[in-house]
Amino acid sequence: MSSRCRDGCVALLAAFVACTSVAARDIVVCADPDNLPYSSEDGRGFENRIAEIVAAKLGADLSYYWLPDRRGFLRKTLNANLCDVVIGLPVDAERALTTPAYYRGTYVFVYRKDRLARLSSLDDPRLATLRIGVPLVGNDAAATPPAQALAARGVVANVVGFPMFAAEPIGARIVDAVRSGAIDVGVLWGPQAGYFARRGEPSLAATPIAAKPGATTTFAIAMGVRRQDQALQRELARAISEARSQIDAVLESYAVVRVTP
Amino acid sequence: MTWDRRRRAAPPRCARAMALIGAAVAVTAVHAADTPAPGDWPMPARDFASTRYSELADITKANASGLELVLTFSTGVLRGHEAAPIVVAGTMYLVTPYPNVVYALDLSQPGAPLRWKFEPKPEAYAQGVACCDVVNRGVTYASGRIFFNTLDNQTIALDATSGKELWRYRSGDIRSGETRTMAPLVVKGRVLIGNSGGEYGVRGWLTALDASTGKEAWRAYSTGPDRDVLIGADYAPFYAKEKGANLGVATWPGEAWKIGGGTVWGWISYDADLDLVYYGTANPGPWNSAQRPGDNKFTSGLFARNLSNGQARWFYQMSPHDEFDYDGVNENILIDVAFPGGTRKVLVHPDRNGYVYVIDRATGEVISATPFVHITTSNGVDLATGAIKYAPEKSQRSGTVIRDICPASPGGKDWQPSAYSPRTRLVYIPHQNLCQDEEVGQTSYIAGTPYVGANVKMKPGPGGDRGALTAWDVVAARPAWSIKEDLPVWSGALATAGDLVFYGTMDGWFKAVDATNGTLLWQFKTGSGIVGQPISYRGPDGKQYVAVLSGVGGWAGAVVAGDLDTRDGTAALGFASALPDLKRRTTKGGMLYVFALP
Repeated sequence: MSSRCRDGCVALLAAFVACTSVAARDIVVCADPDNLPYSSEDGRGFENRIAEIVAAKLGADLSYYWLPDRRGFLRKTLNANLCDVVIGLPVDAERALTTPAYYRGTYVFVYRKDRLARLSSLDDPRLATLRIGVPLVGNDAAATPPAQALAARGVVANVVGFPMFAAEPIGARIVDAVRSGAIDVGVLWGPQAGYFARRGEPSLAATPIAAKPGATTTFAIAMGVRRQDQALQRELARAISEARSQIDAVLESYAVVRVTP
Repeated sequence: MTWDRRRRAAPPRCARAMALIGAAVAVTAVHAADTPAPGDWPMPARDFASTRYSELADITKANASGLELVLTFSTGVLRGHEAAPIVVAGTMYLVTPYPNVVYALDLSQPGAPLRWKFEPKPEAYAQGVACCDVVNRGVTYASGRIFFNTLDNQTIALDATSGKELWRYRSGDIRSGETRTMAPLVVKGRVLIGNSGGEYGVRGWLTALDASTGKEAWRAYSTGPDRDVLIGADYAPFYAKEKGANLGVATWPGEAWKIGGGTVWGWISYDADLDLVYYGTANPGPWNSAQRPGDNKFTSGLFARNLSNGQARWFYQMSPHDEFDYDGVNENILIDVAFPGGTRKVLVHPDRNGYVYVIDRATGEVISATPFVHITTSNGVDLATGAIKYAPEKSQRSGTVIRDICPASPGGKDWQPSAYSPRTRLVYIPHQNLCQDEEVGQTSYIAGTPYVGANVKMKPGPGGDRGALTAWDVVAARPAWSIKEDLPVWSGALATAGDLVFYGTMDGWFKAVDATNGTLLWQFKTGSGIVGQPISYRGPDGKQYVAVLSGVGGWAGAVVAGDLDTRDGTAALGFASALPDLKRRTTKGGMLYVFALP
């Protein structure tokens, strides 16, 4: 390379690299096509919105690989190289490398404010007789931590199980049951509770469930990439940090029930 | 007079002949009238008694070593091939795993060309729902028709000659987690089917469809009030623990029974004399055991029902309040056995909980319940009350590690069906030898809901061999012999009148052993692991053939069929840790192999 050419060539090369990285960079997100409030094929979920924010920060074109989020989701999507990122995962998820958390959610009690006074403790004596709806995880006969805690307190006969999968999202079904009076209280994960609880009448309370020994009720949520994709993980971490206020605004607008980390 | 006394009295040189005559007299597989044509194999278990016994005796202990491969056929699918091919009047029929393609092969022509092919086109969505690979356990022939189920909950009837669809009936919603993997049993114009998906909250049932129209004749739920379970005036269980009104509600808290599992994804048998249908129910789910105090009837047990109206005659619960995934859906072999006290009509049921149950099939009385594998989760069965004696130290407790749960979740054996030879009077049980450790795992996340999962790690049981084929002496209630296998034996067994037993291994060996002592006589390495059901038939040319599908998969083989990462020991619900070597030892496949003597 002649010295005469060098500066111009380097500039050209730099421009080429910059242009390719802008023009040709794609980011593929794996998501459930029908699982509001998280994601939906028509982009109505809050994880869709967060994906758009992050893709813009990375200067990448956003596309999706859709698959119902059931057993083996990460194996069949992220770890099958069909996408680059999963927008929502617990920070200590085993089968992915996660970014720092961008929110901490909490399990909540959902109930009609016109029928029940404030409810926030797993030891509230009213729980012995109220009709309580819980999601049934379905994997390994696991229960959600608050449902497990209720069982440990002998609260079983008045508990109604809602299978995780059906035509309507789990949050919609439990909230509808509270609203109609079919159950008195729903035990739901905050993002699902907040979104559905504020839609329709009467308005419902969604109060965080206080943690107890043996009953974790809050979980920090992050983005996940393949274990070896450390560069992408760092990029996403930076993007999350830079877009913090935008992401918070999205979570706020979807009424995601959060607690401070 | 007992058989033992008669044999002692006979001169030694007569002993063998007497033994054979005695066998024919003392132990008969049920009902000559229902026995298929000698050379045919019209349903996965061959007969309603579920013997998987072929009367063909051209292939013998003396000549089995000369068996040669005579035909192959690729199914075009690479998931677990658990089905039995069937043969009727010179045509072989077989169904693949999802997408459940049915093939009819013309055995009268060289190379067995395709007679027809039927593609039911099940919903792709079903693949993501099935718990343990997208298997199908086979088609059934009756009265000129082929009947089978699809993964997305359809039962379909085809014209056996043309492959033309006659009817299809959808009996469940894939979006609620329900699937169909079992092979229907067709008896007297009734198509008996059951559902899968208890882990998602599916409420189990057995349903009878009209074979000519596909319309429901009756449905018997496994949980709920007596009117749903079809318990009425005919119900006369042997044990007090099975008696009472509406036990399908009363043995659950609140309304937990409404999504209580007890699905019916295994085998069905039928006794024409008693007009009773026999089948097992799966474990209670999807509740955590702490959420469902009580016996959780009628899960993890056996039902006897009238064929005509589905009314229950008796029920026996092997595993009340099951905590270990011990489904009760394994095969029930119907045989008449000469015990010292007299001949009894029994069913033989090797259960996931590790016991071989020998049960009076007229009354539901347990005659014996004997371990066929190492068991730590219980300490025997009280024959007076019928109650299993659970070991409390293996019970699930939140936040603790429970080691050495034996048998592991797939049980002493899983779906893989045993065979019975009336000549040797032995039941040939293909099974695993696995235990597991359970501890509280890391945070899991499903459909946007976080929870703390369980880490389940399976491991070889005592001795280190992960599988076996055990020949079980029903009268003595003990093994006659057992062949240890390094891998779980996840294939069915076949017994023939040539005193041979055939089975396959998960690394692809297809084996013929001496039915009297287990000596290996012949083996052939197929292209993939074998998890299918071998059969034997007489071809249009008059020769005896033995056929099996090769194609690893199912729960045990999902690490290969589903490309799972065995570094994650909890993959395939913990099976991966027990089979870290399987991916090195076999690869995916989907191929029919047929063998004969030259």
